[in-house]
Amino acid sequence: MTAAIGRPLDRVDGRAKVTGAGRYSAEIALPGLAHAVLVTSRVPSGRVELIDTYDAERAEGVLAVLHHLNLPKGGSVPPLLPSLFGGPASGQTFFPMQDEVIHYAGQHLAMVVAETLDQAEHAARLVRVTCRETASVTTVEQGRDRAYEAEKIFAGFIPGRVARGDVAAALDRAQVTVENTYHCAANHHNPIECSATTAVWEGDRLTLYDATQGPNATLHTVAELLNVMPSHIRVVTDHVGGSFGCKAMIWDHPALAALAARAVHRPVRLALSREQMFSSVGHREEQEQHLTLGADRDGRLTAIRHHKLSPTSHFDDWAEPSLGVASQMYACPNYEGVYRLIKANTMTPTFTRCPGEASGMFVMETAMDELAAKLDLDPLELRLRNYAENEPMSGHPWSSKGLRDCYRRGAELARWSERDPRPGVTRDGNWLLGWGMASSGYPVTPPGNPQRARARIFADGSAVVQSSFSDIGTGSATAMTQVAADGLGVPLERMRVQYGDSDLPNTAAAVGSAGAGMVSAAVHIAATALRDQLIAQAVADEHSPLHGADPAQVVVSDGRMALRDRPDTGETYAELLQRAMMADAEALGTWIPPGLDTPYGTMTFGAQFAQVAVDPELGLCRVRQLIGVFDPGRVLNRKTAHSQLMGGMLWGMSHALLEGTIMGPDGRWANASLGEYLVPVNADAPDVVIETIETVDTVVNPLGVKGVGEVGMVGTAAAIANAIWHATGRRHHRLPITVEDLL
Amino acid sequence: MRPVSYSRVSDVATAIATVAADPTSAYLAGGTTKIDMLRIYAEPSQRLVDINSLPIDHIEVQPDGAVRIGGLARMNDVALAPVVVDRFPVLSEALLLGASAQLRNMASMGGNMMQRVRCSYFRDAEARCNKREPGTGCGAIGGVNRGHAVLGTSPHCIATHPSDAAVALVALDAMIHVQNAAGHHAIAADDFFLLPGDTPEREHPLNHGDLITAIEVPPLAAARNSLYLKVRDRESYEFALASAACALTVEDGTVAEVRLALGGVATKPWRARAAEHLLRGAPATRETFARAAAAELAGAVPQPMNAFKVELAQRTIIRALETLTARGAVS
Ligand SMILES: Cc1cc2nc3c(=O)[nH]c(=O)nc-3n(C[C@H](O)[C@H](O)[C@H](O)COP(=O)(O)OP(=O)(O)OC[C@H]3O[C@@H](n4cnc5c(N)ncnc54)[C@H](O)[C@@H]3O)c2cc1C
Ligand code: SF4
Repeated sequence: MTAAIGRPLDRVDGRAKVTGAGRYSAEIALPGLAHAVLVTSRVPSGRVELIDTYDAERAEGVLAVLHHLNLPKGGSVPPLLPSLFGGPASGQTFFPMQDEVIHYAGQHLAMVVAETLDQAEHAARLVRVTCRETASVTTVEQGRDRAYEAEKIFAGFIPGRVARGDVAAALDRAQVTVENTYHCAANHHNPIECSATTAVWEGDRLTLYDATQGPNATLHTVAELLNVMPSHIRVVTDHVGGSFGCKAMIWDHPALAALAARAVHRPVRLALSREQMFSSVGHREEQEQHLTLGADRDGRLTAIRHHKLSPTSHFDDWAEPSLGVASQMYACPNYEGVYRLIKANTMTPTFTRCPGEASGMFVMETAMDELAAKLDLDPLELRLRNYAENEPMSGHPWSSKGLRDCYRRGAELARWSERDPRPGVTRDGNWLLGWGMASSGYPVTPPGNPQRARARIFADGSAVVQSSFSDIGTGSATAMTQVAADGLGVPLERMRVQYGDSDLPNTAAAVGSAGAGMVSAAVHIAATALRDQLIAQAVADEHSPLHGADPAQVVVSDGRMALRDRPDTGETYAELLQRAMMADAEALGTWIPPGLDTPYGTMTFGAQFAQVAVDPELGLCRVRQLIGVFDPGRVLNRKTAHSQLMGGMLWGMSHALLEGTIMGPDGRWANASLGEYLVPVNADAPDVVIETIETVDTVVNPLGVKGVGEVGMVGTAAAIANAIWHATGRRHHRLPITVEDLL
Repeated sequence: MRPVSYSRVSDVATAIATVAADPTSAYLAGGTTKIDMLRIYAEPSQRLVDINSLPIDHIEVQPDGAVRIGGLARMNDVALAPVVVDRFPVLSEALLLGASAQLRNMASMGGNMMQRVRCSYFRDAEARCNKREPGTGCGAIGGVNRGHAVLGTSPHCIATHPSDAAVALVALDAMIHVQNAAGHHAIAADDFFLLPGDTPEREHPLNHGDLITAIEVPPLAAARNSLYLKVRDRESYEFALASAACALTVEDGTVAEVRLALGGVATKPWRARAAEHLLRGAPATRETFARAAAAELAGAVPQPMNAFKVELAQRTIIRALETLTARGAVS
């Protein structure tokens, strides 16, 4: 039997998804199901003066209209903690419908519950909210004057200021500097499945069917919000139609669904509309970054000063860590990074695929390109001259780093050395052609709690591995089937992985590209523990051909245990269990992740290359090719891993050229629909070439999985912007780069 | 969604009688605009009369070479009809560059003429909008208006007309055939779309219950050398920032015949008559093209977010004319 790990296995849930047989959280059919629809604030700031529910309450099918005056108060809002820590993970420390204050447009003000969705939607239109609007701040421009330096950001994990060496002095002495201000538009996640929760009470027990990256995150958060014992809540997540971070934290809608269900004594489904997705589940904040690079004439970086300014909510100091990876990419003795925030009338921003890495590395990597041009150096050579042999902030060694190989292979695939390096000289009809490159990196962060899985084998030799994780479309259920099959030593067809249910052994949320690494650790440990248990049983069993053998000399393949050097001697798991009259056997696997203080730098690295065609007369930019080479550690499934990387790269392209949520002068997102918030369509997708460099990493987790979920997006926007410069000779410091910028 | 009633009719007379009799009713063709309008509460209809079984979906060549397109012919069927591809490539391209394959399979030509603007304030039932609720003001003026018009605007409305096909049809001098209880009449495409003026709620010279039965495209030799150039943020499934429908015949280096209409920049499909006037009989050079384009955009009234469209529209015109000049010279 060849190893299952690494094979490009088709998705185990693929058929259910494409045939529609798989049920998403807003499709759970339950007897007596009622539907809740939210009424949201039109104004970004003010007070609710009157909620007139007269017409809504009398509309056909309406069961209840809930708002701050009649919604039962629950427990308390837990602090803002990333769901990777495995506990409560509220997206913001604010729960709506508790008083009349309006903090942001789109804030949930009322909820209509009715027999059908159409009836609830119609009645929601009949709720008349009268507000007194007060002055608001919703953009960087409006709030610049009141910016403050954050003490901590990102739920208190990252200091607002980091410094090393003496940046001011180093910049004074620098032989070359590059200094620019950059602007990135706000982004929204826009997974194809909008967030939804279906809530069912049976007595004091609550079941939530929730579209979430972490069933346990939903469980713990709702338990605190409603003051219900965690033991009385079960969260089921069969399928999730993408997330990109908007289902990483737990927002108010699961708890609201539960409150609505309690109010009408029926199961209730609360599904957000596409428009509501723009103001209910966080976003990537608008941001301004200011970066100064100092270098010597050979291109060695001597100083990096990187400041960020962005709006956050009234309740939380949140900024995505845009300075993070950018500060770890190159060796540089002097560094200063500062986050400044503006309290604004928005909700708390949140994780959005590559939170910080995408925007920060756009800035860093376009600045590096500019520096290379100033020095008349090949951009790739500049990166090599500044290659960080150790993690620059701590000085620790890297747990693994294949970046040099990524650069080399990427350059080969892109025929990097064959291009004419001069900007603005390569033409194809009306199109100017350009090539650009950028480094890529995404941190490997361990979960904050032990990860568990249970492996169980039956007397016929078939097996199931159970773990609570949810597959948000990444393919993790498929990869875990492969890990489980190899760990136990059974064929793939005999292994099933059961997941997406908080009643199963505990895992943290699948966030931060950590899902594959942490869940595979638990699954691997459970499966190998069961294997070892069965081997121990066989060698102790005098009726077994393996009786008396050294367990270390027993190997398992295809469900059969045998001696390593005498494969004829052995028996199957099924034979062993049947002889012992055991219906099944099982083992629990627990992985204790390394602490945050592990003395290693941990990162997935990559190199990105882009070829673009720019029609400067019409302001068009079309990406012709994207090449990405990454070092994600062990690859569990080549197909799903490549799909993850490709999705990331395409989103990076979209970040560069299409995506931006526009704040209107009325303080509301002005393009809150898929018609106006542009994401790429198939016709925009270029040729995408992906390769992985398999590096061995013994630090991060048992299988050495560094993760592929997000790194694909890091650096893509910079590679494209650099390619645009190479095509046209013009630098762009704002994302997205659109027609009006290119004209 | 707003509660509605629904019925299906199978002959034209009943369809017209049913809708004309009830001011809250409306025709339902492919539904790709209409259902959206109801879902977002931008239109008040309460009764939908499904006309998909009416026998008005043919594409026929007339003896004089005109092409008659039924009001219910689907966008894709028209785009791929050999006679359209052959004689009126500009129309075929305009259709194929619109919407998506799925939408084009559903959407009818009549519905396409009647589609509503994409202005997000129009589509937000609670925003101020003179088109949706006359007299309430215009949210887009002073609001987010990158996609809005620079030509044909008024202080009351600046919404861009969204149709691509209509731009080609206006360039081709098509006639829109309309039937009502009183009988049948035809309206020139250019007159079928009204400027907003101070009545932006009135978009067509139609009365309630008027049914588009056909669109007739008269023969035009120049149309064989024609194209539709659509500039937009993404490659597909997106409305135009600027577009040009153009047909051109160049003889001895001089423009013999030209048709030009613009999309994405005006409140109606914009026949570029000033540009055409300058081009006819003039040398087919970039310089002439630029002059014609500048003349057409001379009256543009940009908004803070869409000022780039004034330049973009001119470049789109120039590119379309240059491309056709080069093509004409080859063939
Ligand atoms: C996502 C999206 C993208 C799109 N992109 C584009 C694009 O790029 N370019 C483009 O040109 N269009 C685009 N469209 C618009 C699309 O072309 C129109 O929605 C479509 O043509 C409408 O036709 P229908 O048959 O679906 O009309 P319906 O939705 O059925 O009807 C639309 C209106 O016309 C009326 N009506 C229908 N038929 C008749 C008739 N025979 N006589 C009188 N009145 C009638 C209806 O009462 C209704 O008011 C897009 C639409 C969507 C939803
Ligand atoms: S531009 Fe026209 S459609 Fe848009 S808000 Fe103003 S009046 Fe309404």
